[in-house]
Amino acid sequence: MTMDSERLKPPGLWARVFDSDIWYSFTRSKVIMAAAIVTLLIFLGALFAPLIAPHDPFDMASLYLMDSLTPPMWEEGGNPVYPLGTDDQGRDILSAILYGSRISLAVGFASVAFAAILGISLGLLAGYMGGRVDSIIMRIADVQLTFPSILIALLIDGSVRSVFGGIDREQSAFYVLVFSIGLSFWVQYARTVRSSTLVEKDKEYVQAARLIGLHPLRIMASHVLPNVMGPVLVIATINLALAIITEATLSFLGVGIPSTQPSLGTLIRIGNDFLFSGEWWIAAFPGAALAILVLAVNLLGDWLRDALNPRLR
Amino acid sequence: MLAFIIRRLVQSVVVMLVVSLIAFVMFRFIGDPVDQMVGLETTVQERELLRQQLGLNDPLPLQFWHFVSNAAQGDLGISYQFKRPVADLIGSRLPATLELSFVSALFALLMGIPMGVYTALNRESVLSKLFLTISLIGISLPTFLIGILLIFVFSVYLQWLPSFGRGKVVDLGWWSTGFLTVSGLKALILPSITLGLFQMTLIMRLVRSEMMEVLRTDFIKFARARGLTNRAINFGHALKNTMIPVITITGLQMGAIIAFAIITETVFQWPGMGLLFLQAVQNVDIPIMAAYLLLIALLFVIINLIVDLLYVMVDPRIRIEGAEA
Amino acid sequence: MSDALLSVRDLVVEFPTRKGILTAVDRVSFDIARGEVLGVVGESGAGKSMTGSAIIGLIEPPGHIAGGTISIAGQRIDNLPYEAMRRVRGKRIGMVFQDPLTSLNPIYTIAEQLIETIRTHMDLNERQARDRAIGLLDQVGIPAASRRIDDYPHQFSGGMRQRVVIALALCVEPELIIADEPTTALDVSVQSQIIDVLKRMCADHGTAIMLITHDMGVIAEAADRVVVMYAGRVAEIGAVRDVIKDAKHPYTKGLMGSIPTLMQDSDRLTQIPGTMPRLTDIPPGCAFSKRCPEAFDRCFVEQPDCRPYQGRDVACLLYDEGKPQ
Repeated sequence: MTMDSERLKPPGLWARVFDSDIWYSFTRSKVIMAAAIVTLLIFLGALFAPLIAPHDPFDMASLYLMDSLTPPMWEEGGNPVYPLGTDDQGRDILSAILYGSRISLAVGFASVAFAAILGISLGLLAGYMGGRVDSIIMRIADVQLTFPSILIALLIDGSVRSVFGGIDREQSAFYVLVFSIGLSFWVQYARTVRSSTLVEKDKEYVQAARLIGLHPLRIMASHVLPNVMGPVLVIATINLALAIITEATLSFLGVGIPSTQPSLGTLIRIGNDFLFSGEWWIAAFPGAALAILVLAVNLLGDWLRDALNPRLR
Repeated sequence: MLAFIIRRLVQSVVVMLVVSLIAFVMFRFIGDPVDQMVGLETTVQERELLRQQLGLNDPLPLQFWHFVSNAAQGDLGISYQFKRPVADLIGSRLPATLELSFVSALFALLMGIPMGVYTALNRESVLSKLFLTISLIGISLPTFLIGILLIFVFSVYLQWLPSFGRGKVVDLGWWSTGFLTVSGLKALILPSITLGLFQMTLIMRLVRSEMMEVLRTDFIKFARARGLTNRAINFGHALKNTMIPVITITGLQMGAIIAFAIITETVFQWPGMGLLFLQAVQNVDIPIMAAYLLLIALLFVIINLIVDLLYVMVDPRIRIEGAEA
Repeated sequence: MSDALLSVRDLVVEFPTRKGILTAVDRVSFDIARGEVLGVVGESGAGKSMTGSAIIGLIEPPGHIAGGTISIAGQRIDNLPYEAMRRVRGKRIGMVFQDPLTSLNPIYTIAEQLIETIRTHMDLNERQARDRAIGLLDQVGIPAASRRIDDYPHQFSGGMRQRVVIALALCVEPELIIADEPTTALDVSVQSQIIDVLKRMCADHGTAIMLITHDMGVIAEAADRVVVMYAGRVAEIGAVRDVIKDAKHPYTKGLMGSIPTLMQDSDRLTQIPGTMPRLTDIPPGCAFSKRCPEAFDRCFVEQPDCRPYQGRDVACLLYDEGKPQ
């Protein structure tokens, strides 16, 4: 770990990256390169959805109910205007997927960032303060770890929506999701950062910082963070996949993103109702997009973990 | 060993108390219980009377004590949506969820452990790579998507298996079981695979990595140097040592299955606790949410205690306090 | 030399890595006679443990024997199929590892591990194997062996555990024991006891020992002859007495200079300047040339062979005929 985090330190970063085991293992595996390319393509597609999507799925005025439930273009009755068909409201599936992955990724990134910031801060605090603060934070972490994140997200989601019952769901759904998913993921970061902080705490520079009047916590943060960059990056990558899955699941369960601005999970929920009547494409394409996205991110996370942890190689 | 078990028991009680506190806070402070129970036309006096009756004006620690002791006696309050005791509602849904979880866990263990052992022992074989690929896909596909896929293939397209419900159930006292009828068993297949697949891949990967770790240890090297057969080394020495960490994490996964049942029950319209809980979340039915949380915590604690006992049985280092250990 | 028990000839062990092939053991040759104690000494990374692993056929992949032969009593064993080699391990060649704490499987009793090993190689029933095991424990100096045999490894101290390990390695009377740093992990106070046990056991059963260590003191105390290794190659082989009193190879001289003695009243211990080269950048010519105080021009280009010189074998150009005066 230390070796790799050394490698991530700024001077000559790229030069070292290209000489590193990480880069070597990256170029060795075609699967990993493919996963990276797929991830990048989906990211770009989501980022530039308004520019490349053939239709605007949120613009109610442009929807033609007559075109609803059009099959994909290669099927009988398909229309090349809607390459992957349309849903029950006449929304173009391809455009809905592009916009949907935008929302899914936004929720994913935001909740991972929230979880990471929360976890890193609490981990630093627990490791540095020790004593009662430490044991309270870590006991909460232990109890929370016994419950699957989806359950915690559901509970938080339900409670938040009850407390802020009056607020418009369309506006708040995004933040409620980020809050609930983020809150269910912080433990891993906190544990990693805490153990690293415990190692740094007794080193001399911390004492020195105190002598020259700097707050040791601030100094430590700048020393601990580079050390945990590697593991945190791995956790974050794997968490991104998990967060995307959790968002999709919550939306599928009907407590996530509402159907007016569908995420991938919402699209699958809508499509699920039409599975038995033969309109398979409404669920199938968003489902495939979700699966490919998560698979690609998971592959990257797996590879990153192995590459940063030579013992497992 | 006794000290170990007592310590674990105390820890379990602490966990239950913490969870009870969370459930109590939800129950008491999220939404006003009185508002939920009475209509708009109720007068302030009537509301105040109800408050008094419910003990909502007592000091908070006393209220918490009442909450815990009521819960311990099976009184979990009244559902806002159904106006029925939560305990009855959950009791009627419990068998469906437990049967589904049990079959899923069995599936996950019986498939996951052999696959993990195989892939650890035959790292370069084609079958191992196939297993690992499947496991990666299994981890990447959200549970609900797997369910939809299975329904599409086996219910819609092939029409072999039912896509929703428990089939015909038989009542044994208060417990309704799907194990005794053909349609009940058929109805279990798709939901169990859906629910168990994720845990299966987790167990397989865990067994694989633990076993590879054990195979690198000195005592395995020493066993090889003594000329023991591969069979004795892999299954007598390596597998048994692998199982120690695996038991712990697998135990946690078994608890997770019960919670993950929420998703599977929704996809398959399985009339279990998970479906009840999800409806409660959608309708902000706090008593059901709080009760479900308590129940899941209780199941977790029970499973963990069983795991600890298994652990003691497998690992002599805990069973026998050594001279210097 | 034809009556040698073990004969290693031009052994080469290679590790393919992404930066090219590393030669961990480079054309090493030596013999061990029946009942002899051969010390193998060198710094860590000098290839001594790798040589031991090669002999017992347990080099971790991707490392492999790339050349040379290993024979025991005239029979080649470096190219045996896995199952045939397994029967050699334990039965004809035993091995003792460095760390007694990790050499024993923590979840089996001593009895289980001994009896399993005995019954793998000998046609005995459970009862007979147990009696034999108790006898062995008695011989290696475990007090109350018949009672302690049913204890788990963690119930023994480090020194006692290493005795158990020796009993395990010797339990089917192999002709050769490879002891890889058998005392390094132990307290200084029990080190010589363990060496005594090892020597006595082997003397009683006529077993030869290949004693791998970085500790010249252990060699001086226990070995008959010594092989000095440096950077995967043999530097010098000779009787321990000769090598200690009158080392020929400059590396061996340096090694002797670093041993404290009570007899000679030297002011300070000498130290060899520099460190052993990593396997990735062994210099052309003699591997020791860059640190050698007596190196001359040929040493940097010509790799010395191991040649007989004054009753021993030395791989140094100083003792070559073409030496400049």
